[in-house]
Amino acid sequence: MASSIRVRATSNGDITEVQTLIQHPMDTGLVKDSKGEPIPAHFIQELKFECNGKEVFVANWGTAVSKDPYVKFSFRGAKKGDELKISWTDNKGASDTTTAKIA
Amino acid sequence: MTTTIGAHPTRRLILQGAASVALLGLGNLPFGAAPARAAANDKYPEEAFKQKNEADAIKALYGRTAEPSDKVKLDAPEIAENGGVVPISVTTSLDKVTSISFFVAENPNALAASYRIPEGTIPAVANRLKMAKTTKLTAIVEADGKLYSATKEVKVTVGGCGG
Repeated sequence: MASSIRVRATSNGDITEVQTLIQHPMDTGLVKDSKGEPIPAHFIQELKFECNGKEVFVANWGTAVSKDPYVKFSFRGAKKGDELKISWTDNKGASDTTTAKIA
Repeated sequence: MTTTIGAHPTRRLILQGAASVALLGLGNLPFGAAPARAAANDKYPEEAFKQKNEADAIKALYGRTAEPSDKVKLDAPEIAENGGVVPISVTTSLDKVTSISFFVAENPNALAASYRIPEGTIPAVANRLKMAKTTKLTAIVEADGKLYSATKEVKVTVGGCGG
């Protein structure tokens, strides 16, 4: 299966800018389906970015984060060609991991 | 390690304050060791995400209140046509930022997202949030152990709760 995570990490001198898009329903648990049954909550709780063995960014999310979440941040201390590791876990225990080379 | 890992996680512990947090926060940041509440901790702040209103959520996450600051720049649309996807970003000129959190006051649960900012990471985040209706939006930046906030009113024409 293709990864649920799409990342673009670009180095601009000392600063690396990371943009991430994840495919995930991010169901709140408040919406009902066409039969009137509630759709159970299903959302990413934690999203972690690591570079060179160090955490550079951690997101804790609730249900109010939009479907197919997007997040952007920047950090110092990495260079072109370094690997960025991205992983998430959701409230049902599912998870995904990917790595991206900083361009 | 003395942390209890099991079916019933340590929610209570987290709320009980500094003493127990000190136990949990072994691998903590080099600065600001004392005010290490849930946000600076490694655990998912489940209790804070369950709180209905904003004040309770801030209390559960940080254990104190924030003061408004013009050094926190919150960027959000004045009018959001689709409450399901509202682009929001925050930047700050404050130093020693350790976390940034977003609260949507009128949502069923106020806390939307909380980001840990380790040393070396630029204190700026852009993301997209859902909003049930026209609401006050608050961004809180934790810097050097203190909380700073910025708020903005976002008009939502179609709510983000669907169904």
